Amino acid sequence: MRYDSLLDSLGRTPLVGLPRLSPAPTARLWAKLEDRNPTGSVKDRAAFFMVAEAEKDGRLKPGYTLLEPTSGNTGISLAMVAKLRGYRLICVMPENTSAERRQLLEMYGAQIIFSPAAGGSNEAVRVAKGLAAEHPDWVMLYQYGNEANALAHYETTGPELLEDLPSITHFVAGLGTTGTLMGTGRFLRENVPGVQIVAAEPRYGDLVYGLRNIDEGFVPELYDESVLTSRFSVTSVDALRRTRELLDLEGLFAGISSGAALHAALAMAEKAAAAGQRADVAVMIADGGWRYLSTGAYTGTLEEAEARLEGQLWA
Amino acid sequence: MAIEVRIPTILRNYTDGAKSVEASGDTLAGLIADLDSRYGGLQERLVDQSGLRRFVNVYLNDEDVRFLGGLGAPVKDGDTVTVLPAVAGGQPA
Repeated sequence: MRYDSLLDSLGRTPLVGLPRLSPAPTARLWAKLEDRNPTGSVKDRAAFFMVAEAEKDGRLKPGYTLLEPTSGNTGISLAMVAKLRGYRLICVMPENTSAERRQLLEMYGAQIIFSPAAGGSNEAVRVAKGLAAEHPDWVMLYQYGNEANALAHYETTGPELLEDLPSITHFVAGLGTTGTLMGTGRFLRENVPGVQIVAAEPRYGDLVYGLRNIDEGFVPELYDESVLTSRFSVTSVDALRRTRELLDLEGLFAGISSGAALHAALAMAEKAAAAGQRADVAVMIADGGWRYLSTGAYTGTLEEAEARLEGQLWA
Repeated sequence: MAIEVRIPTILRNYTDGAKSVEASGDTLAGLIADLDSRYGGLQERLVDQSGLRRFVNVYLNDEDVRFLGGLGAPVKDGDTVTVLPAVAGGQPA
């Protein structure tokens, strides 16, 4: 396949069957490989759409500076788009995210401002919002509230899935900014009667939830509960176990949020198989395992890996 | 009847530091009332006049109760209920 430039190669990612993990011949799992995007993650879609919409609106002009709370993939995607489109990028991220992501950001020319580990992504969002208020000439595209994030999935991910898997019964993805689930979910629900839209939310350790007042929590502005049909909380140990199963059984080297999505997907597929119903469950593989190697998730026993992951953000 | 309820760090001052307590009830609402009878003030942190508080997430056997009937969700012996504050997600991947 030939493209005029890297950005043109965005999306149209493979949908790959998982015959060994699928519980029954009529309850099948299908992995959408989003690591096959320009910078290796699903966030390339959101980054491209958010920048394109901001350019169309006139919010972004050549030479402007982008500011974004991101613990990695969105930053990397934005860094690539910023570099190709001529913008400066500043990322705010928690100090406890993996080394590979920091390195990649700096390689792409992004500047990083670290927020405290305790308080995780909530704190990064808070710090970024504060900085944006102080610097009106910095454009915060704000992935947690920017409809172009969800729109990217409504216009690309959803239609790709429907074209490749017209018999789709479930779509399962990690829940973060909620963009993937909101956009893909809306599209599929409009086009596939009875389709289930299932969220897999990472459950972190106490350090990440910290001692923040329970009333000061954070729900992404993009989140519309009515688009989902269920939402699961997945522990690190379950996400890790499934990530390793993907590699061991299907040869697929995926990031940890993919393991979380697989955990929920398997629950859906097994439920359907037990009820004698057919299922075609599409699972979001948001990225490859490369950016998590330094977390120790792929080496040693599951218990050792879980202990190493404690306090780290993995999705 | 024993239903395990896991308490987030921020609310453990109500349970004398306990990470996990037992409670009983037929619905989530009943369970919360039962908890409140032993750990006074907990209900108010979880529920307001419109139902479950916005930044509180409650999971029944790892599934968000807002999709299982909310406060009316049926609970039974052997279930596990987990309370967590809402956090920003997303990223790194």
